[in-house]
Amino acid sequence: MTLHVPAINYLALLPFLLVTAAALKLLMLTALMRRRIATSLATWTAVVAGLAVLGTTLVQWYELDRYGSSVTAAGAIVYDPFGVLMTAGIAVSLILAVLNGHDWQRREGIVGAEYQMLVLLAAGGAILMAQANDLIIVFLGLEILSIALYCLIAFNRRRQASAESAMKYFLLGGFAAAIFIYGVALTYGATGTTNLTNIAYFLGSNHLLHPGLLLAGGGLMLVAFVFKVEAAPFHFWAPDVYEGEPTPLSGAHASIVWAGAFAALVRIMVVALGSQQSTWRPLFFGLIVASIATGALLTIQQSNAKRLLAYASVTQSGFVLLGIWAGTASGVAATTFYVVTYGPVVLATFAIVGLVSGPGDSDHALTRYQGLSRRNPWLAASLAVLLLSQLGVPFTTGFDAKFGVLAATLDAGNVWGAVVAMMGAAVAAFAYLRWTTTLYADVDETLAPLVVPWATRVVVGFGVLTTVVVGVDPGLITSISSHATLLFQ
Amino acid sequence: MMHSSVWLSLLLLLPFVGAAVALVLRRRQGAAYLVAVVTSAIEVALSLFVAFSYKSTVAGAQGFDFAVRHVLSNPLGLAYDLAVDGISIWLVVLTAVTVLFALLGARDRRDEGSYVAWQLLLLGCSMGCFLAHDLLEFFIFFDLILLPCYFMLTRWGGLQGRAAAMKFFLYTFLGSAFMLVAIIYLGVTHVHEFGGALTFAYGAIGQTTTSHVVSIWLFAGFAVAFAVKAPIWPLHTWSPSTYEQAPAAAGVEMSALLSKLGTYGLLRFAVGLLPAAQSTVRPVMLTLAIISILYGALVACTAKNLRTFIAYSSLSQMGFITLGVMSGSVIGTQGAVFLMLNHGLITIGIFLLVGYLERRRANVTIAELGGLQRPMPVYAGIFTLLMLATMGLPGLSGFVGEYLILIGTFGTHAWWALAATLGVVASAAYWLWAYQRSFHGAVDATNAELPDVSSRERAAVVPMVVLIVVLGVFPGPVLSRISTAVTALVTHVSPSGVSK
Repeated sequence: MTLHVPAINYLALLPFLLVTAAALKLLMLTALMRRRIATSLATWTAVVAGLAVLGTTLVQWYELDRYGSSVTAAGAIVYDPFGVLMTAGIAVSLILAVLNGHDWQRREGIVGAEYQMLVLLAAGGAILMAQANDLIIVFLGLEILSIALYCLIAFNRRRQASAESAMKYFLLGGFAAAIFIYGVALTYGATGTTNLTNIAYFLGSNHLLHPGLLLAGGGLMLVAFVFKVEAAPFHFWAPDVYEGEPTPLSGAHASIVWAGAFAALVRIMVVALGSQQSTWRPLFFGLIVASIATGALLTIQQSNAKRLLAYASVTQSGFVLLGIWAGTASGVAATTFYVVTYGPVVLATFAIVGLVSGPGDSDHALTRYQGLSRRNPWLAASLAVLLLSQLGVPFTTGFDAKFGVLAATLDAGNVWGAVVAMMGAAVAAFAYLRWTTTLYADVDETLAPLVVPWATRVVVGFGVLTTVVVGVDPGLITSISSHATLLFQ
Repeated sequence: MMHSSVWLSLLLLLPFVGAAVALVLRRRQGAAYLVAVVTSAIEVALSLFVAFSYKSTVAGAQGFDFAVRHVLSNPLGLAYDLAVDGISIWLVVLTAVTVLFALLGARDRRDEGSYVAWQLLLLGCSMGCFLAHDLLEFFIFFDLILLPCYFMLTRWGGLQGRAAAMKFFLYTFLGSAFMLVAIIYLGVTHVHEFGGALTFAYGAIGQTTTSHVVSIWLFAGFAVAFAVKAPIWPLHTWSPSTYEQAPAAAGVEMSALLSKLGTYGLLRFAVGLLPAAQSTVRPVMLTLAIISILYGALVACTAKNLRTFIAYSSLSQMGFITLGVMSGSVIGTQGAVFLMLNHGLITIGIFLLVGYLERRRANVTIAELGGLQRPMPVYAGIFTLLMLATMGLPGLSGFVGEYLILIGTFGTHAWWALAATLGVVASAAYWLWAYQRSFHGAVDATNAELPDVSSRERAAVVPMVVLIVVLGVFPGPVLSRISTAVTALVTHVSPSGVSK
């Protein structure tokens, strides 16, 4: 018996290999060194890995521009501009998340490379999901991502809330993974393949007389993704987990995890099951309305920053799903733009949330933000910009992103979807605005000035600059994301 | 030859630069204020230059001049696109004038740097709305205006400023949400019909054909946003609390200027772009306008303080403007545009006067006033003149607008015009009654001590009085510029069956 090794395009796999290698390097160092390795060494390793991935994606982008897309590893990995763009987004989020973690470790007095290693692995899983062209690879990426997250959430062993939310996420995540693999099995049963291209080909050239198996399979896979992107009705874990986990990680949910999960969702729904659009669209519409409505209505009742942001991302993920609902090239482009630009914004927001909460990382009451403008005017102004961006104020990426998905939705003929989304955005705006006014509220007591460490400064600066610069002139990023998604239908 | 677009870009960008400079200088005593005054004074000069050099006969520009268009993002259809016509130039002038005189007449030294920066942002965004020649660009500025309003209300407003700001924000933001959907729908329809990249250019969208039913829905989307902003009954309920809680300068800007965004948008977009809907929506909108006129007049009689009184009298006046905008006649629409300018000028004056009174006594509750004529004769004199202008006394500018609106509407919708005439009578009644209660009668001990307007205060309102008289006697230069643009717009909307 001989083992056939399929031809592999290593350049296509390089981003995944780079982050995994960096993670393994940190793992080996931790295991072999007698002393705990310095946090800054771990941070720099991860940052360099992230930058290397960014450089690689640049090379990949130009190569793809010249020679076109292809599949590799026996058709299991797809090498296309969409995957490359999502990978670049994940790399940026990886760098920012690691920098967030750096300052957090300093505040908490945690030394070591475990956090960076796990974030690198999670990013690797997300990259794999973004490039997957086979349900098995999607599952592989999902598991790499999830297992890293389970450990990360429970990272702070001294905090009970951390362990509790890890247990919650682990149990639900385990179920989600099991449900996903069951969905994969049923889809395989219905179509005879797990390869996304082949599924699309099979469904395009055959008419299923009894589509029950496929419906069940597709539905179960969808459940797993809806869980990962915090869309209603599988969002219940989000506020508790956000509150309990280390703050730098909360930012990773709506950036690294989102990029991987939404990319895979686009590939499964739009590429593989594109011919079944009329079947899954109503289902999606239900999810979108539920996410936007519950997210918006619950956001305005929160008095805790992290819970507020958790519910807010439920609403935001409803918006992203709108782009996938459209299923058109412009819809997928809008989704891509949304996910890629939301990452830096949400990571910068959580950088400030972590900083304001201070050592202990447990008090996130919105009242702590009163008079932040007195303690540090620049930080307050940055947070205001970031919050207004998430609200969707013009001249920020938040507006451009929301506008893009709305245009795609209306282009696909869904007026009600657009109306519901806008009303949800208006309701959620209340919460963001109230938070923003708190920053400038007058306080009687004199508050100590808040010093911003360098890593947080980089993350916040990058987030604010991205949202304003790209927000004012979105031309470049929108054309990149439409270029990357031209081939979707 | 079209004029260079540099002037409009200057008009648009200067306030933002001024705001940034004011923020940088916010710790220096008075420097930020000076920057703001200079910026808005330059804006006034620029806007007057643009208004008087504007030509309506640029070939192929449909009455627009100074036009420029740069596409910023093709996939999003986002563009930098400016142009003015005979309708917008006067609102551009009004924008600059309002902010300048709000700064001069209602100076507030609490955290002054940030306050004037917000006012300059409001000036810039409002300029953006009136200069925008692209629906998406208009929407962006229309939405962005909420931020300065919201923050001025919460930080410098009255005790219930926060609650009022939230109410104001929710109303306007929800309203504009419907408009955004309508705008994107129009853009997408244009692409489906003509192909090419997504665009929201005013001229391009104007060629899009929509079915009768669809255009009614689109009209509704626009109308909700603009009816909130104007306000028009029944979406006016945010305005009394907002006008009551607003700090003086923001109050001037919101009542004199931002309300015009509503009626301007209604005319330019909801009427100008959706001819198919007009026959159906006109009776509905005219009826709402009549209700606004009469309801505003009635409630103004019962208003407890001068600020809510102005809110309701504004509702009544905005009803008149809406009547003209929806009349479907050239003359009525012309009158509406003229009245927008005038109501702006008059409201600046009246709101400033109310602000002066608030500096002298804690509140402006009508029941606690009385006999003010004796201690403050000049104040009472200016107030009387502004009041007479609002009531539409011939010889003052208010008369021209109201008269044209009534004549125009009478030609197309006689019954509604007849009902609106009741409003003219009612406005005389509620103004005179409020005047009588505040200025006539016996003066009590505290009010008798009140000083009359200072020369500084006088300097900020007297220009309004002069303008009102001048425009009342010589409306020609303004009206002639309005009339070409309005004729083009109205004949585009209903080529046949328009009475003169």
